[in-house]
Amino acid sequence: MSDTEDAWFAGLAPDDIEEATARVRDGTGDTPREWPTLAVEAGYATDTDDYYQRLHEATLAATRGAVREAETADDRQLVHAVRSMDDTERVANELAERLSEWAGTRFEDAGTGVDAARPLAERDPTGPAEARIVSLARRVVDLTDERDDLRAFVERTAPDVAPNLSAMAGPVLAARLVALAGGLEPLAKKPSGTVQVLGAEDALFAHLRGRASSPKHGVIYVHDYVRNTDPDERGSAARALAGKLSIAARVDHYSGDLRPELQSDLDDRIATIRARTGDPAPGAGGPEGTPEPGGDDA
Amino acid sequence: MTPELPDGVERRPFDERERLATRGDPVYGEPTDGDWRVWDAGRSKLGAMLSVGMDTGLDGGETVLYLGAASGTTVSHVADFAGPTYAVEFAPRPTRDLLPVAEARENLFPLLKDARKPETYAHVVEPVDVLVQDVATRGQAEVANRNRQFLREDGRLLAVVKARSEDVTADPEDVFDEFLDALSGYEVLETATLDPYHEDHLAVVARPTR
Ligand SMILES: C[S@@+](CC[C@H](N)C(=O)[O-])C[C@H]1O[C@@H](n2cnc3c(N)ncnc32)[C@H](O)[C@@H]1O
Repeated sequence: MSDTEDAWFAGLAPDDIEEATARVRDGTGDTPREWPTLAVEAGYATDTDDYYQRLHEATLAATRGAVREAETADDRQLVHAVRSMDDTERVANELAERLSEWAGTRFEDAGTGVDAARPLAERDPTGPAEARIVSLARRVVDLTDERDDLRAFVERTAPDVAPNLSAMAGPVLAARLVALAGGLEPLAKKPSGTVQVLGAEDALFAHLRGRASSPKHGVIYVHDYVRNTDPDERGSAARALAGKLSIAARVDHYSGDLRPELQSDLDDRIATIRARTGDPAPGAGGPEGTPEPGGDDA
Repeated sequence: MTPELPDGVERRPFDERERLATRGDPVYGEPTDGDWRVWDAGRSKLGAMLSVGMDTGLDGGETVLYLGAASGTTVSHVADFAGPTYAVEFAPRPTRDLLPVAEARENLFPLLKDARKPETYAHVVEPVDVLVQDVATRGQAEVANRNRQFLREDGRLLAVVKARSEDVTADPEDVFDEFLDALSGYEVLETATLDPYHEDHLAVVARPTR
């Protein structure tokens, strides 16, 4: 029936609330029509009361999501912040390496890594060369502090931008996925197979050129559910995790409603996968149970 | 002779004064009396239209498309006495406050959409009996023209024109005339200023022409 082609409920399963929400929000139509009666005729609703109930639910969810996204959830800011966080860290490490090389020629006790920069930055230099070394050490310290501040910002912002994704992946990994996809919307639109290998583009291209096996995971590797699953089952774990993360990203983009059951579904799935190799079942579950895995930013 | 109020809207005494009221969840700190809550004409232009005795044609129970719903002060009263009520607003901040208002009213459907782009909600909004417009923005006539497609043949446009939205320096009279000139596909039935409730506003009742 071409009359209902444009309808927000066209071809929609009555229980598919996610898609209904997305349609209300992003759909378009040429001409208003008698949607309530058409929906009943199309079998989407049992009667017009039922239709209005569905419409109420879908418009509330769509508008809630749209408001959240437009207002607080600035995924562009999050993307810039997480990229800057990675850049400051990379540059700090590079400079720290240069610093320890140079400092080693003047101070016997100079260590290596960014942590070695702190005591160096406090020193009283004697002579112009030492003055430069101490000053360089201060830049490394500043960059490291900036990295920490950026990380704190990312952790604060990610749950606003993508509450379900952040709860499941941890805010930093959530932010990385959003950044790799180029935003929450593009992430929400990617198939879960793509989400699974986001960040493994090099390996993926090598595979496509026939020079390697296909990558089983990208940045989601840092998640406890992948990294701490037996290598034999890691591919299945990565697939299960990516599947739930994709759903979480869609819910976050289209409605912003909290869906804690996504986490418990994932916990169950991982428990099943790990049971195959006698691995320990996943921990407590819930947002607290899956912190940013390992606390490092690999 | 004042036209009758729509079903579901009554003049009731509040603090010795007769005031418009509807029945529903309070929204903006208005006085209440049992289920009834004051519809403050000083805060609502549609309330002022009824207060000054314009013939809005409203009977109660209509299907309504409301453009410029903001945080829901007026549209909450509309949903109290009307049927399905579609509330379009394009600013996120007031829409956030509109959400609980709509949650408490099963016939109120909030939409974060731009009223200049009806194609972004024509897949959701059905033909309506009443088009209420209070967008207070540039191009107010154009908004009414573009949304005429939603009005049933015997429907009504209830529009409020804000003089200062168009041009802060222009004489309000000129702005009102321009609005009426630019309105196309409508026959204007009645106009009135909303003094003393709202200065520099013109209220317009119109019906679509074929
Ligand atoms: C004067 S306020 C409306 C007050 C509201 N009608 C009431 O009485 O409760 C005007 C509203 O129109 C909204 N608005 C302006 N241009 C709009 C547009 N193109 N689409 C949707 N809303 C618009 C503004 O964001 C603002 O909230």
